[in-house]
Amino acid sequence: MSSGEDTATKDWQEQILPTLKGFDIRHVVYVPDAGHSAAIHAAEQDKDIISLPLTSEEEGIGYLAGAWLGGERGALLLQSSGVGNCINTLALNACAKFPLLMLVTMRGDWAEFNAWQNPMGQATERALEMMGVRTWRADREDDVIPLLHGAATMAFNGDAACALILGQRLIGEKKWVK
Amino acid sequence: MGKVTQQHSLDRRDAVARLLQDRGDLLVVTGLGSPSYDAMAAGDHDNNYYLWAAMGSAAMIGLGLARARPDRSVLVITGDGELMMGVGGLATITVAQPANLTIAVLDNGLFGETGLQQSHAGHGVEISRIAESMGFAWTGIVRTREDIDDLRGRLDDRDGPRLATIKIKGGNPPRVLPPRDGVYIKNRFRSALGFNPI
Repeated sequence: MSSGEDTATKDWQEQILPTLKGFDIRHVVYVPDAGHSAAIHAAEQDKDIISLPLTSEEEGIGYLAGAWLGGERGALLLQSSGVGNCINTLALNACAKFPLLMLVTMRGDWAEFNAWQNPMGQATERALEMMGVRTWRADREDDVIPLLHGAATMAFNGDAACALILGQRLIGEKKWVK
Repeated sequence: MGKVTQQHSLDRRDAVARLLQDRGDLLVVTGLGSPSYDAMAAGDHDNNYYLWAAMGSAAMIGLGLARARPDRSVLVITGDGELMMGVGGLATITVAQPANLTIAVLDNGLFGETGLQQSHAGHGVEISRIAESMGFAWTGIVRTREDIDDLRGRLDDRDGPRLATIKIKGGNPPRVLPPRDGVYIKNRFRSALGFNPI
C-alpha cells in the first residue's frame, strides 16, 4: 500500500452530512467523487434530504439558486475538475448574491498519478477566488468540520459564495496499479 | 444537418403574453435575453425571476424552485440557444421528476441577442424530442395560439415535468428591460413568497 492510501471511510466523511443538516440544508446536489461517496450515500438514504446527481457541476449553481428562491438551502459537492465547469455560471452568485456552499474534493495537488488532473486542480482555488468565491482549505482531518462550519455560516449569513477545499491528502492516494 | 426553412408564425410577445394570461400563483423563471424582455413586456410581476447571465441555467433554477415549492406551479420561459447550453440539465430534470415544472422554449432557430445567427434548433435539432427521449412526462410543439392555450391549461397540472417548444418568428421586437439589479430581483421574488432578506 502506498503512503497515505486508505480506502476506508474516515470519520470526517461521516460527519459531513450531519454538519450540513445542522445548517438546515435540505438539498444535496453533486457530481460524484470518491471523496464525497460517504456523504452522497448518506444523503441518498436520508428522507429529509433531497439529493440529485448532475450531469455537469454548473447545474448545481442554478439548482441551488432556485431552491433558495423557494426558501430552501442546499450544498454542491464536486471535484476540483468540476470547478472549471462552474466559472461563468458563478456570475449568478456575484450579481444576485445567492448563498452557495461548495465542497470541493481536490485532484492534482498531492501524489497525483494522472497529471491530466493537474492543470485544473492547481488552478481551482485561484479560479474560485477570481469569481468571488471565498475558499477555505482543509488538509488535516481535524480541520474539515470546523472549516465546513465556518464556510456554511458565512454562506448563509452573508448571502455569499463559499467553498471548502478538501485537500487530496485527506482523501488518500488513488491506487492505479494493483 | 442542413438548414431548416423557418415557417414559424407565432409572434414571441403575443405568445408569452398569452401563456402568462390569468397566471394566478404561477412562479416564472426567464432565461437571459429576449425571453426576459418578453416576460417583462407581458407585465412585470413579483413572481418573475429574470436572468441576465448564467446562460444555460434557467431550467435548473426552475428545477430547484419547483422542488423547494412543490405546492406551486413553476414555468421556465427561455430561448432555444439558452436551453441547449444546459441541455444536460434535461436529464437531471428527468431524474428529479418535478411534477410541477413546465419549460417553455421559445424556438426561433436563432441566437437573437448576437445578430440572429442560426442556432442548433435552426439547423433542425428539435428540443422537445430531446426532452421526450430523456423521459419528460409530457412534451409538445406549439405552433398556434390554440396550442398556447392548451399549454397554459397544463401549467397547474401535477404530472410533469413538461417541455414545449414554441415556434416563434425570428426578429427582435423592441427591448423591454426588466430590472438588472440581481439582488433586488432575488429579494423581491423571495419576499413575495414570505421570505425575509438576511
